[in-house]
Amino acid sequence: MDLSLSKDELAFRDEVRTFFNENVPPSMKQKLREGRHTSKQDLVDWTRILNKKGWAVPHWPVEHGGTGWTPVQQYIFNEELQMAPAQPPLPFGVNMVGPVILTFGSEEQKKYYLPRIANMDDWWCQGFSEPGSGSDLASLKTTAKKKGDSWIVNGQKTWTTLAQHADWIFCLCRTDPSAKKQSGISFILIDMKSRGITVRPIKTIDGGVEVNEVFFDDVEVPLHNLVGEENKGWDYAKFLLGNERTNIARVGMSKERIRRIKELASSVQSGGKPVMEDQKFREKLASIEIELKALELTQMRVVANEGKYGKGRPDPASSILKIKGSDIQQATTELLMDVIGPFAAPFASDDEGSNEISDWTTQIAPGYFNYRKVSIYGGSNEIQRNIIAKAVLGL
Amino acid sequence: MDFDLSEEQRLLKDSVDGLLKSSYDFEQRKKYATEKGGWSRSVWSKLAEQGLLGLPFSEEDGGFGAGAVETMIVMESLGRALMLEPYLPTVVLGGGFLRRGGSAAQKAAHIPGIIDGSKTFAFAQLEKNSRYDLADVSTTAKKQGDGYVIDGEKFVVLNGASADTLIVTARTKGGQTDRTGIGAFIVPASAKGISIKGYETQDGLHAADITFSGVEVGADAALGNPEDALPLIEQVVDDARIALCAEAVGAMDESLKSTVEYLKTRTQFGVPIGSFQVLQHRASDMFVNLEQARSMAMFATMAADFDDAKERSNAVAAAKVQIGKSSRFVGQQSIQLHGGVGMTMEYKIGHYFKRLSMIENTFGDTDYHLKRVTDNGGLMK
Repeated sequence: MDLSLSKDELAFRDEVRTFFNENVPPSMKQKLREGRHTSKQDLVDWTRILNKKGWAVPHWPVEHGGTGWTPVQQYIFNEELQMAPAQPPLPFGVNMVGPVILTFGSEEQKKYYLPRIANMDDWWCQGFSEPGSGSDLASLKTTAKKKGDSWIVNGQKTWTTLAQHADWIFCLCRTDPSAKKQSGISFILIDMKSRGITVRPIKTIDGGVEVNEVFFDDVEVPLHNLVGEENKGWDYAKFLLGNERTNIARVGMSKERIRRIKELASSVQSGGKPVMEDQKFREKLASIEIELKALELTQMRVVANEGKYGKGRPDPASSILKIKGSDIQQATTELLMDVIGPFAAPFASDDEGSNEISDWTTQIAPGYFNYRKVSIYGGSNEIQRNIIAKAVLGL
Repeated sequence: MDFDLSEEQRLLKDSVDGLLKSSYDFEQRKKYATEKGGWSRSVWSKLAEQGLLGLPFSEEDGGFGAGAVETMIVMESLGRALMLEPYLPTVVLGGGFLRRGGSAAQKAAHIPGIIDGSKTFAFAQLEKNSRYDLADVSTTAKKQGDGYVIDGEKFVVLNGASADTLIVTARTKGGQTDRTGIGAFIVPASAKGISIKGYETQDGLHAADITFSGVEVGADAALGNPEDALPLIEQVVDDARIALCAEAVGAMDESLKSTVEYLKTRTQFGVPIGSFQVLQHRASDMFVNLEQARSMAMFATMAADFDDAKERSNAVAAAKVQIGKSSRFVGQQSIQLHGGVGMTMEYKIGHYFKRLSMIENTFGDTDYHLKRVTDNGGLMK
């Protein structure tokens, strides 16, 4: 047993760190540190920098642009990326639909979509949740009916993150209404420019617009946009959601956040001295650092176990990563509220729904409000507890 | 980075678990508790026969030269079995002082007796007002001729009434809380001037309050520098904290297992109570707490031999915080989920809760260690 990184792993970490130091665009770094929204162009430019280096899709098979790194190297890469801080490539492409196409798609689909995902030529969004289908996803009602060479899609998706930027959406659609709920679902790729698609933004409590409703009204989709087999979409969705859980601890991001908290708490005064010198505040911070260290090691244990549960099947213990990871992310946003105190109040808004022009202090309360989402998305923390109870404890 | 046990470590784990399985179920434990001093000599001999009492000592001292990971493996298993025998005071504490601070002569005089199981140790450190501060020492060791005369009172000395030999902290100079001027002395429990009042502790172990009045020891009783033994004491106590973290993980692991088993078998309203989501989620939270504690016990184990004492103690303190929080949650919820039967002395789950509670308050509780980590500026560099 040895919990420290090996010499080779340390050298790899330094290589990655140096690359990020030299190549992350300073404006993106600044926005992330201050909790601002990045623009579509920010992420496209950055993904292309990574892709040029061959690091946009490190976890994919080598023949499709992957790096062949070990799980530990992947882990180091993600940590360093979050700590830089830099934005991870759009997960809907590289972590969700990409691996599904890789694993279940046709040769033509692989050839067409995968390089475009790696280079951010297409912006993908996820069409899973519906107004009546959240945690009970399999109850979804959006239908795709065959007519000639097309699927005709009708229905509504919701909570569709960044659909306002999207070129493509991957959708779960009901293709066999007579089958029992999990078995009549198919996984279909839909061009967002298709006639009959309407995107309506949802303003969230932080004042931002990250999520949308997407309406489908007799949308025609070529039959060959089906991924894998008809009515097997639920299996692909489970595969995809399992992949989502492994990167969700965001340890690197929380570390970066804690650094930021210490910096701010050293400059904001309370009672004639920096907030950072307040014993109660310091103990709260130390408490979170300890939990984060525990999470980091738990994550490393899960990483070290990767593959032991079969390819593409997540370690059920990875549900811990979701639960604790989101708890800690939320706790850091609460600490920022503690630091800023009464100056959390001013609200800054602009017509774009982007907060670029406002003073960074106005981002702290919205960040706190916005981060309530992390214990809801990706399988709510309650669903994660169901998973542990069933898959780990056998209840 | 590697979380796997080596082949040898796996064999060690199998051997400890095998021994405990055959001779340490909860009913057998009840019987051992009634033996002299509250623990079983025959179990102790078996531990010696399997080489477990000699694990951490170097090969030239007659041991196996094993490291902190091996101690973690053993302590976790002992925690799972709620072992009563004095492994912590004898092998970890007594043995720790000898191997880290003992002279060649001291090692030769004492280590063989630990390894063959003929001698046990106790660490007489806690005083009426010292609480968790290892530098707070009022017991005195005054120079007399070549040797020392020890006067003072020590409390809740684990294995204090059974031990053959005591390791006693005492001040050779300076004020009550000075970091220098503290010595650690090897004192035979039978020495003249020692009076021992033994008792059972809440968790079924045994401890003693010990009074030293004019206890004379030779110059060779001092471990290391008699005027500057605090760094040694801190290191050995860190060893003990690390061992306690592993013991707690074992106890929590068994508590969760037992609780899950109960949820599956206890029926109410015509169904197993484990089918109720509110109880499933509680059990899931116990699992999360356990695994976070396990990670930190590993972290502490890796820190055992850090060169930088400050870094070591900070890591160990952080681990003790996590273990304290997790132990409280897992311990309390184990009782809650067992319901009434969890409250009975007869059933085993309450005993795990009690041991976990006592571990939390041994060598620094959660608040104490959180303050240490805080004063060190946290964990992140």
